[in-house]
Amino acid sequence: MSPLEKGFLLLAVVKMIAVFSMVMVGVALLTLMERKVAGWMQNRPGPNRVGPMGILQPAADGIKNFIKEETRPVSANSFLFLLAPALSFIPAVMLIAVIPLAAPLPVDFDTVLPLIGRVAYHGLMPIAVADLPIGFVFILAFSSLGVYGIALAGWSSNSKYSLIGGLRASAQLISYEVAMGLSLIPLLLISGNASFSDIIARQQQGLWFIMPLFLSFFVFLISGFAETNRLPFDLPEAESELVAGYHAEYSAMKFSLFMIAEYAHIVTVAAMVATLFFGGWDIPFTHWDERGGLLQTIVTHGFFFAKMFFWIFFVMWIRWTLPRFRYDQLMAVGWKILLPLSLGYIMVIAIAIQVIEHGFGWTDPRAEGLSLFVLNLVLGWLVFWVLDSGRVVRGIAPRARSAAASGRGN
Amino acid sequence: MAIGVKVMKRPSDEVSYIRATLKGMALTFKHMFQARVTMEYPEAKSTDDWRIATRWRGTHRMMTDEQGRSKCVACGLCPQVCPANCIKLVPGEDEKGHRYPLIYEIDEFRCVFCGYCQEVCPEEAIHVGVHYENAEYSRDRFVYDLERLQAQTHPVSTLWDPADPRGQ
Ligand code: SF4
Ligand code: SF4
Repeated sequence: MSPLEKGFLLLAVVKMIAVFSMVMVGVALLTLMERKVAGWMQNRPGPNRVGPMGILQPAADGIKNFIKEETRPVSANSFLFLLAPALSFIPAVMLIAVIPLAAPLPVDFDTVLPLIGRVAYHGLMPIAVADLPIGFVFILAFSSLGVYGIALAGWSSNSKYSLIGGLRASAQLISYEVAMGLSLIPLLLISGNASFSDIIARQQQGLWFIMPLFLSFFVFLISGFAETNRLPFDLPEAESELVAGYHAEYSAMKFSLFMIAEYAHIVTVAAMVATLFFGGWDIPFTHWDERGGLLQTIVTHGFFFAKMFFWIFFVMWIRWTLPRFRYDQLMAVGWKILLPLSLGYIMVIAIAIQVIEHGFGWTDPRAEGLSLFVLNLVLGWLVFWVLDSGRVVRGIAPRARSAAASGRGN
Repeated sequence: MAIGVKVMKRPSDEVSYIRATLKGMALTFKHMFQARVTMEYPEAKSTDDWRIATRWRGTHRMMTDEQGRSKCVACGLCPQVCPANCIKLVPGEDEKGHRYPLIYEIDEFRCVFCGYCQEVCPEEAIHVGVHYENAEYSRDRFVYDLERLQAQTHPVSTLWDPADPRGQ
């Protein structure tokens, strides 16, 4: 192996370890944050017994989960029962690998290390474990793998509640996967590339995609919630109906793995919203962050983290605000609103880009972004007006109303 | 539609999803900055607007006379009235003819804290107490013997008084 290849591998391993441990620690702290936020929203202090301000609560929970008894239902399929938590955990953690966490760092070294010999690296090092050219597709592919873990967990537990939970999860994730993938097509149309670095670069030249692609953001956010299996989309666990849904039969660390997977999914969705719609690590109104350097990397990571953190908070905020959907409403929202909305939006954006770039000849990203933004103001207002007044998700109310009306007529 | 499904009539024209969600989020966000209402129990046992009721019926206390003997005359009324049958009483009599309990034990696990024993006692000897911190490391510690019942110091319950129904 050449020193350059070795250097690349070395950096990759270092990044891998760093990001993995950051995600694990972050997930542990998120469980605390969730309970704190829940507490604050209900005028409670939240956990505050273990350590100062309850900061050691995740450690206590972790230790508890390690020393708890592992149970396995006698009639469970033991191989799949063991495999399922791993299957839901691994894709969830892998997702974060392709997201650029900060501005690329210029690295330049050529040294001889013990054991591995001469290593070298010259040039910009992307601050992502793997800056894949198809990062975007990778995310879509792996986030849908998570459903196997859940469906298998539900099936292999051999319990009716788990099975229903698993089935609901598969149906829900498949439905929302479609809307999620389609909602991002306009983004690809504008950026013209599926690599996260290019998507961010495009947002730096033009506008953050939240403005020209507001409806994409709206659909993506909702389907992101559905992907994380969190309220208001936590039908697979629905504790009031299904005990705990697909993980009802799991205990101790296996249960923890599902929990970690859920929180890792939250991190990923938040990171994706930040990256795809809020410019990733971009600092607005300045080009200082694109020059490259250690300071830039650190500061941009701070910005990325702040954006991501806000969306993580947002996920929790929603959880403690909204009640759970009814199952048919869930399906109705997915198939009857989000899917046609994102399909129509692709058409509109494609036509708009064609008109703007070839009709008006505005190829400057900023002008294009602004004109799309104006278009989105109109579209967004229209969509919200239709959605908000309950003209779409009606359930059985109209029939009741027409029955009442005919009753009056007689 | 299946037979017997209840059809709700909702005001579908005034339905709002987006506005309602935003309103709800504003509300929960506001709550994050409001004062906490939690009374943090082991540190604070009562607050300005909450204290334990004086009619609380907790673990028992046996009253004693000036010489430190229990007031109980072993009349046998409390084991008789006890619905949970958890009072064990073996009466004894000294040479002057005074009756006293040789054994007096209450199994606090079987007790349902009805307070009948206190109500029925002619000597106002046994009382249910205003007390709730009873944790022990073993089950048998929950059978309180006479000595233990006499050693309790917590306030005793004021039972319901028909003349003063609200306890004021
Ligand atoms: S409180 Fe009621 S149940 Fe308990 S010992 Fe007294 S009479 Fe029996
Ligand atoms: S009712 Fe009172 S006096 Fe009679 S046995 Fe019970 S405690 Fe003793």
